[in-house]
Amino acid sequence: MQRRGHEAPAARARRVMIARRLRLTGPGGGALGATVLLCLVVVGALAPWLAPGDPLDMVARPLTAPFTDPRFPLGTDQLGRNVLAGLIHGARVSITVGGAAAAAAIGVGMVIGTCAGFAGGRLDEALMRVTEAFQTVPTFLLALALVSVLGASAANVVIAIGLSSWPPTARLVRAEVLRLRGADYVDAARVAGRAPLAIAFFEVLPGALQPVVALIGITVGEAILVESALAFLGLSDPNLISWGGMVANGRALLRSAAYLVIFPGIAIAIAVLAVTLAGDGLAARLGLTGVR
Amino acid sequence: MSVRPEAAPPSRPAWWRWLGRRVLQAVPVLIIVALGVFALLELAEGDAVDAYLAGIGAGDATFAAELRERYGLDDTLGARFVTYATRLAVLDLGHSVAFSRDVLSVITERLPNTLLMMVSAILLSSSLGVILGGVAAMRRGGLVDGAISVTALVLNAMPGFWLGLLGIILFAVKLRWLPIGGMSTLDGDFSATGRILDVARHLVLPVTTLALTYLALYVRLMRGAMIDAASSGWVTAARARGVPARRVTLRHIAYPALLPVVTMIGLQSGTLLGGSVVIETVFSIPGLGSLAFEAVTQRDLPLLAGILLAGTALVVVMNIVVDLVYGLLDPRVSLDAKARA
Repeated sequence: MQRRGHEAPAARARRVMIARRLRLTGPGGGALGATVLLCLVVVGALAPWLAPGDPLDMVARPLTAPFTDPRFPLGTDQLGRNVLAGLIHGARVSITVGGAAAAAAIGVGMVIGTCAGFAGGRLDEALMRVTEAFQTVPTFLLALALVSVLGASAANVVIAIGLSSWPPTARLVRAEVLRLRGADYVDAARVAGRAPLAIAFFEVLPGALQPVVALIGITVGEAILVESALAFLGLSDPNLISWGGMVANGRALLRSAAYLVIFPGIAIAIAVLAVTLAGDGLAARLGLTGVR
Repeated sequence: MSVRPEAAPPSRPAWWRWLGRRVLQAVPVLIIVALGVFALLELAEGDAVDAYLAGIGAGDATFAAELRERYGLDDTLGARFVTYATRLAVLDLGHSVAFSRDVLSVITERLPNTLLMMVSAILLSSSLGVILGGVAAMRRGGLVDGAISVTALVLNAMPGFWLGLLGIILFAVKLRWLPIGGMSTLDGDFSATGRILDVARHLVLPVTTLALTYLALYVRLMRGAMIDAASSGWVTAARARGVPARRVTLRHIAYPALLPVVTMIGLQSGTLLGGSVVIETVFSIPGLGSLAFEAVTQRDLPLLAGILLAGTALVVVMNIVVDLVYGLLDPRVSLDAKARA
């Protein structure tokens, strides 16, 4: 990439962003984020017990205002569905879909980055052009197109986000693999006669993983946001309640029942914030970020 | 890139050579995206004819076969690709099922609105980010720094559609200061300036929403780059020469820190364009983003494919423009040298 004149400034900006990344917040941020994230995971896991029954069922009079009925502390929507139950069950969808999508994106990125960095030459050139192409296509447009072609289901949303969000990981892993490729222990493995693929994935990749940790928080947060935006546009599993879908549902009553829009949005923001902070704290713990 | 004592303005032919090269460099990316879009179209269940027949609500098997033959859809995969590629080469993006019109004409009709919104949002987001990031860097570790960083972080975590709806609830429904959506007042009878002001009023909320959701990146980048620059040798040297503190801050710390920000604008333009899908949908702005949503809901695959291609081309153009601006800002980069590189 260094040979290409136009890449230099982009590479420089990325370096400032990733390699010399400054911490987002102080030391307390990571712990706070991790605690909130843990709470959300527990709530999501215990959803069937915390809020029994189908959150899509009518349980009370429609449009019960929030903070009026202790049985429905956050009120009910226009179909008499319990908003709090929706939020609790929605945590499940947001966190599992967001997490799985981020895992898919990082997985694809690791495989492509390792192959490109380790193979070098034409394969590297070709894979990097593909990475560049995926980075040039507007991410959300790609995810939108993929979901609409594959069909709106939770699994397809995971695939769509995974396929549209892998390039940053691939670039980072490639750079690390390029750095490690010539290391003595890699040469030793070569001399020992290990297959190239085995060396690439079992010797080089583990060493390249640490900086990827710094990307986890951002990637998961981004995946949750994309999932919620897709759900907002109606591109999610219709049988699962999701925070983005709840916002879309409340949109029709913006004038009379704004709380239907406000509550699920707060839930999304809290989840994304928690994930970002926890990821940042984790990266700081591993010494991947500089001073604040 | 070449390091020179003084920046020489590039001569004209060199400038054109540079632009030519830069455009050529984008060709492989565009080809790969075109291939990907073709794969996506092939992956979809049913083809354009199915969608068309469903749209007009009629059609028998012979009519369908006739249409398929006319559009070359019953050929082998290879032949279908050749048809697709040759039509793409002359910018024929096919026929939109939902609009019963040429895809390209639908897209070019919507493009100006998105462009206006995107460019405004980019300028607002980056300039606000530069100012806030700069202030945070100068007050590093203090209360102001903390407040700016936390605000940026929280804005970053908010989904764009939700922030937009909050803006509508507050400024359009409760305070009634701004219109609830759309691009202009439909029954408005305005003079030329009145029309511009009307569009500007309609764009305040969507542009601000879009800008705020992408603000964090610029704040963080500017802050980091300034802290980086402050510890550099040239700043120490400038201080040693007795350059006034204010001038050191602006010229030796803030100015170099602008360069990564400019680059990030190019890298971010795709994300911003993606974000405009929900923002345009929320604010009912007839742009490329809401067009993408319409294409999805109406199962108009040729249109969706055309938008993907147009969006990619737009991002490529934005990146070339950003590179040009970068060349103007950074005295070390001369386009002459770039053309030779």
